[in-house]
Amino acid sequence: MTLKPSLPALAVCTAAIALAACSSGSDTASSGESGSSGSNSGGSGDIVRINLDPYPSTYTPRPSGTTLIRGATVLDGIGGQIENGDVLIENGRIAAVGTGLEAPDGATVVDGAGRYVTPGIIDIHSHLGAYPSPGVSAHSDGNEATEPVTAEVWVEHSVWPQDPGFEHALAGGVTTLHVLPGSANLFGGRGITLRNVPGRTVQEMKFPDAPYTLKMACGENPSRVYGNRGRSPATDMGNMAGYRASWIEASNYRDSWHEYWEAAENGEDVDPPTQDLELDTLMGVLEGEILVQQHCYRADQMAQIMDMAEEFGYQVTTFHHAVEAYKIPDLLAEHNVCAAVWADWGGFKMEAYDTVRENLAMTHANGACAMIHSDDANGIQRLNQEIAKALADGRRAGLDISEAEAWAWASSRPAQALGIGDETGSLQEGYRADVVLWSGNPFSTYTRADQVWIDGALSYDRRNTDLQPVRDFMLGQPGEGEQ
Amino acid sequence: MKQLISVLAASVALAAPAAAQTYAVTNGRVVTNTDAGILENATVIVRDGDIVAVGAGAEIPEDATVIDASGNWVTPGVFAAFSQLGLIEVALEGSTTDDSANESPFSVALDVADGFNPAGTYLATNRMEGVTRAAIFPSTGHNIFAGQGALIDTSGEADSLFQAGSFVYADLSESGAGRAGGSRPAAWAFLEAALADARGYPGRFSGDHEGDALNRYDAAALLPVARGRVPLVMAVNRAADIRRAIRFKADNAPIQLILVGAAEGWMVAEELAAADIPVIVDPLEDLPSSFDALGASLQNAARLQDAGVDVAYSTAPTADGYFNARLVPQHAGNAVANGVPWDEAFRAITLTPAEIYGVGDRYGALAPGYAGDVVVWDGDPLEVMSAPVAVLIDGEPTALESRQTQLRDRYINITDDTPFAYRR
Repeated sequence: MTLKPSLPALAVCTAAIALAACSSGSDTASSGESGSSGSNSGGSGDIVRINLDPYPSTYTPRPSGTTLIRGATVLDGIGGQIENGDVLIENGRIAAVGTGLEAPDGATVVDGAGRYVTPGIIDIHSHLGAYPSPGVSAHSDGNEATEPVTAEVWVEHSVWPQDPGFEHALAGGVTTLHVLPGSANLFGGRGITLRNVPGRTVQEMKFPDAPYTLKMACGENPSRVYGNRGRSPATDMGNMAGYRASWIEASNYRDSWHEYWEAAENGEDVDPPTQDLELDTLMGVLEGEILVQQHCYRADQMAQIMDMAEEFGYQVTTFHHAVEAYKIPDLLAEHNVCAAVWADWGGFKMEAYDTVRENLAMTHANGACAMIHSDDANGIQRLNQEIAKALADGRRAGLDISEAEAWAWASSRPAQALGIGDETGSLQEGYRADVVLWSGNPFSTYTRADQVWIDGALSYDRRNTDLQPVRDFMLGQPGEGEQ
Repeated sequence: MKQLISVLAASVALAAPAAAQTYAVTNGRVVTNTDAGILENATVIVRDGDIVAVGAGAEIPEDATVIDASGNWVTPGVFAAFSQLGLIEVALEGSTTDDSANESPFSVALDVADGFNPAGTYLATNRMEGVTRAAIFPSTGHNIFAGQGALIDTSGEADSLFQAGSFVYADLSESGAGRAGGSRPAAWAFLEAALADARGYPGRFSGDHEGDALNRYDAAALLPVARGRVPLVMAVNRAADIRRAIRFKADNAPIQLILVGAAEGWMVAEELAAADIPVIVDPLEDLPSSFDALGASLQNAARLQDAGVDVAYSTAPTADGYFNARLVPQHAGNAVANGVPWDEAFRAITLTPAEIYGVGDRYGALAPGYAGDVVVWDGDPLEVMSAPVAVLIDGEPTALESRQTQLRDRYINITDDTPFAYRR
């Protein structure tokens, strides 16, 4: 069974997404989006535009050699499995996937016999860098829990690139991760997608041209945090009222900019609206440029959120945690919303009480887009084992799902939900060479990532300490170089 | 008359707990945790709650119910060394938790046996994953002493708490230092003073006199620890704190000490082995999560075990102990991936914890005289994709059903026309 035909058509490559790789020649449908995203390129020098990328990625891939991994079991991340398969990496990209590939001159040939090759793992829900190790008070940078609406904060401004958690995640085969603000707030701020590479700056880690995301949170967290302070939101209905008030404000803000741009482009002498950081982000969602990543546990709450998205004309990309996704796979599919879940965690609060181990497999098998996530600096190191558990539990419940299909839960699904699904997350010709060579079947507890390539550069080798990054913080500590 | 039933049928045929009887678990790959090692195509005979025979040639009694384990693994039940099963239902809802009591005037005197709920829904979810016995721990409240722990089985039966007052738990790690007033010296001063109070009980508390650290109830509860009759389980992580704990044991004979946490245990492995102090570690704790654990390593378990330390595994701190104690086989499997021999890793979640709590002659092995805690797995129990197909506790098959499986079954057929609330 291949996965591709059943993938819900995520709106990641529409005109609405400012992804460089998607956008060429595609955004004639809406002058609004071009007005919003056009930077200073509109030809009207005096017209005020909003700079959408003031902290641009400076990521430069390390040099990629030409590498041929030969004779491995290949899981391509989109449902395909090739026995005795080869993967050819050239110029940082996947050059070919198949059997019996010829090694180009000068290629490094890696014997994959008895081992597995997969796309690198992508964690769509991480707080690495924002809640780094060690977890001291100065490092509590993930929740701007001072107001329930803080769409104006950007988590990239909290990410500490020296978090040792990044290198532990790399040893677990994680090549891309999406760092989110915490869930104390209705609107927690912007998330950021990172390459799992060492950098002196966050900009050096930013995934080039990945769309921004917005963290929103349902349920107990916002109402507990603010209710305990005697202010709104203190209830679920307060949460909903809080979101809706913000969306009304954001809609008016968007309209004011569009009116301004239209008038200015017509040569009228008009003043631009006053720029507002919070509303810039919400407008980005309404324009389809920023993807909503929403923390939400209960089925009934997810349904309310999906109705709200229709009310205000935006799209929810992914529900995170979504422990009750298995109750509403039909609604998720109908609204084209994914669920990012744990394999088997729950019970820590009331809205997590109905966790079942089959959540991921049932949501997937019943037609919705589902994937794994960690939300944890330790869990991110073993997402292969997490999908293995989810797969095994699903099979025991009678669901017919292959290992090849399940690998999508850790690679192509999160890539799509982050708007980078045509760049990474699967082993297809032309894709970024984000590749893991596993010591055996990655659905086994005993298997380890032997080697990890990011954009074709060998970035981790389990047997070569020269290829095991050590963040500044760990130098001179007892755990320096420990895995 | 022999009865032949499949393992799946065995788990279903349980509507009412039958009177104890005889079971023969046949033809399995039997992990004994004894000198006999792992036996192929072997049989385990359980009669009236206890194991009576184990071996390839074990004769199947006429009256035995046969559980065919062909192609399966048969092991002693998993013993969760550091859990909170039955103490917490919804962690963030204080009304549903009985592990800690910040507002109580008492500490050592708090006994989890008074809070354990065998009907808690995670007993079944953990039992289904092969956990048959567990040590249950209080959490710390207003000082370094959390209270007294107990030993349970996961049957959910009224008598499933089978030993109370099994140990006293105290936190001497970074967090304990915080509770003691703000420093490690404060935590150790409190511990030493508390022991003196206990040793002085009851004379020191005559008339209006109070203890230096503990009130009279808490001092009375700590007395068995001071006398070495009940072990003290101590949370420590930093290598220096572990050395301090080793010295504490030497200075306070006949006290029995068990360490939990020990993130930097590998740095003092030889000393721990020499001091004969058992350690409970989480093999997955590898992050410098605090300045207490800057030496955390995936090699911790292997290095400790190589040095000869008695090591049991826990899920905490990387996974909780009330909901996911069931993940300890996964943690053990990862220990294997990081260098621990399989037999030793499996022992660390079965026999070793039983030994640490003084019940290693009854639980944790498949041998005559041991309780009939037998798990039949559909594969290697340390593989994440394996799961039990039968779980016997005290010689009786248990139901492999839980609130979670009921929810699963209600929603798995999303196109069923019956309204959800009518599906049971």
